[in-house]
Amino acid sequence: MADSPSSSPPETRPPGELAEATRDEAALTRFLRGLPGIDAVGLEQRAAALAGRAVKGEAKLRAIDRAVGMVDLTTLEGADNASKVRALAAKARTPDSRFPDVPRVAALCVYPDLVTEAVTALRGSGVGVASVATAFPSGRSTPRAKLAEVELAVESGADEVDMVIDRGAFLAGEYGRVFDEIEQVRAACGPAHLKVILETGELGGYDNVWRASWLALLAGADFVKTSTGKVSPAATLPVTHVLLRAVREWRDRTGQSRGVKPAGGIRTTKDAIRYLVAVREVAGPDWLTPELFRFGASGLLNDLLMQRETQLHGHYSGPDQVTVDL
Amino acid sequence: MTEPDPNPLEYAPALESATVAALRERYRPFIGGEFTDGSGAVFSSVNPATGETLAEITGSAESDVDRAVNAAEDAFRGHWGSISGTDRAKYLFRIARLLQERSRELGVLETLDTGKPVRQATEFDLPNAAAWFLHYAGWADKLDHAGFGPSPAPLGVTGQVVPSNFPLLLLAQRVAPALACGSTVVVKPSERTPLTALVFGEICEQAGLPSGTVNVLPGDSESGASLLAHRGVRHAVFTGSTEVGERVRRDLAGRGKRVTSELGGDGVNIVFADAAPEEAVRSVVEGAFFNQGRVRCAGSRLLVEESVAEEFVARLRDRMAELRVGDPMDRNTDVGALGSSAEVERLSELVERGVAEGATRWTVPATPPRHGDFMAPTLLTGVQQSMSVARREVFGPVLSVLTFRTAREAVTKADNTPYGLAAGVWSEKGSRALWTARELRTGVVWANTFHRFDPTAPFGGRGESGNGRVGGAAGLEAYLDV
Repeated sequence: MADSPSSSPPETRPPGELAEATRDEAALTRFLRGLPGIDAVGLEQRAAALAGRAVKGEAKLRAIDRAVGMVDLTTLEGADNASKVRALAAKARTPDSRFPDVPRVAALCVYPDLVTEAVTALRGSGVGVASVATAFPSGRSTPRAKLAEVELAVESGADEVDMVIDRGAFLAGEYGRVFDEIEQVRAACGPAHLKVILETGELGGYDNVWRASWLALLAGADFVKTSTGKVSPAATLPVTHVLLRAVREWRDRTGQSRGVKPAGGIRTTKDAIRYLVAVREVAGPDWLTPELFRFGASGLLNDLLMQRETQLHGHYSGPDQVTVDL
Repeated sequence: MTEPDPNPLEYAPALESATVAALRERYRPFIGGEFTDGSGAVFSSVNPATGETLAEITGSAESDVDRAVNAAEDAFRGHWGSISGTDRAKYLFRIARLLQERSRELGVLETLDTGKPVRQATEFDLPNAAAWFLHYAGWADKLDHAGFGPSPAPLGVTGQVVPSNFPLLLLAQRVAPALACGSTVVVKPSERTPLTALVFGEICEQAGLPSGTVNVLPGDSESGASLLAHRGVRHAVFTGSTEVGERVRRDLAGRGKRVTSELGGDGVNIVFADAAPEEAVRSVVEGAFFNQGRVRCAGSRLLVEESVAEEFVARLRDRMAELRVGDPMDRNTDVGALGSSAEVERLSELVERGVAEGATRWTVPATPPRHGDFMAPTLLTGVQQSMSVARREVFGPVLSVLTFRTAREAVTKADNTPYGLAAGVWSEKGSRALWTARELRTGVVWANTFHRFDPTAPFGGRGESGNGRVGGAAGLEAYLDV
């Protein structure tokens, strides 16, 4: 930690009392283990209760537009290539050609080798390019290879980097190692935004999700992100509550705003609105912006567009009215 | 950061339709399998959220009580008391299914009549009422194995007086075990909230329950008193305030009846410094304001460890401010209307008295509808054991905050009331939670949760909170001659 090979920019250092937590591995471990617990029963009850809030009519239409603007349109398949990226880039710029007032999505999320293609296809559109990195999705590679991947993604023009944490190290209690890796990636990102994927489905409980969130925030994450989408369960409402609570407390303690990105398994407008309600209630209305909240999803966008039309015209139009982007 | 958002996510009113409740203009007593005009005074039931009259009900006079108890005696002797447990179970299962089928109708009707939020009525009250019948349907043919010896006998006719806070659920909790044990029932719902009980009569009819097995007598407290005192009633079950319950017990003493009473409480949540803070806050808020705090086991007192009290109370205020107070028919509403304007007055006086005795008051910044009997959730901090608000049952949306320094002090303070119904203990350390639960003198202790009700778990109080148990095998005892 203190003797980490590359030190991060000073502005990402946590202020005040939290800086003490990052002094050395022992202090970090003490801090994370000393965090108050999360009670699973109560957490799930609250998540379920808030999911019952109704957003309808005009408010629903605005919520849909808001959600569209928060989507990180994602393609992370072995079969991805330049043509797939170009197809999604066109979708990202103009989600629904029949309705030019639909906002563009926040970013396109691809593998590092396709960043150049995505940057070219999205030039001038305002849509960001996000690249996964650090041996996504498992994170199992050597530190040098992971850092090199981040550097290459940023050199290729990625605005955002979605890294995965080393879950093996985290579960072994090697918090310092996880911290160092995030901090080094943070440094390698330069101006690019860093999203830190916790892969909550592998962490074995909310207490660990809570600790991992704090660990990522302490190490300089701009966003904490639930999942790669390759592990089940991916994002769930209660897990997202934990992340939202962490960024809220982070701001209460430091004044800095950090973001949250649930990813994987969010497919319907109904789901998306439930997440927005959670954002509003747990983190606060300030987080209802693409700068601080994103959806990592691929299928969600089309459902949002279909529901948007339903809100406008009062009837469903069917899946053939939205584009299938392959 | 971005510019301030002009359109923060708004919640639209999600209004449930009152027509679902299938309100009728007039409701009548259900006696001997028929809806017949009562001879008592006609009274009306009012929606406490709007002040509107919902329906007129013919009340029950002494003669109706007589008729109903006779019908129940006939049913007990003629049929219900002697058919097999398997046959009784068949009817109970049918009632449970009908409650499920008609749960939206009954949920909305309950909301109109009580002022409780419709989401709670349809997602808590109704599913639980059905669950109670399902659970006791399972017991009906297994009474020999319930631990009360071979062939435990039913008592005969039970007379039941049910209060206004959970009209249908509390009825189900008492009628289901009575029927399972082979007793027949005459039930008197609160005069303020009689409607779902009368529709329940209809459900008994639909289920083909032999006539007279369940009778429903709407009426005032006098009808209730004459029902419980009737010589044909072998078992008097009273659920309500401690004050009235004590009078009932006195009046019925020495009459050869069994008396079961489920009375008030002054519930408490004990939060230790190592508790999961967010969940503890949530549960304390739920515990105090669920059903507008009109729950016998409401956690109307919070005992929080001094070292975390300030931070905890700050979180508590934040969470309370999120509560949505208003139209009970809106599915987004968390806190609905109280039972009557008299309740609002009583609670306002209680709060004022607390302030006069030195407590600090904070009320959520909600603006409840002007018409109707609403009260915004209120927090009293700096409450001491000696203050009246800590001594008596609150039964409304008022939460008192007290602090403690050691676990022993917490237990002493928690127990220092005449009641002994329910407590919640919050700690991430299992041994501490278990020790506290063992030491507390209450009927129910929840650990790291609150207000969890399940038909399999016995529920009831100690001290002035009454002597009955509902739920599980223990809940059968009151209805059997053991």
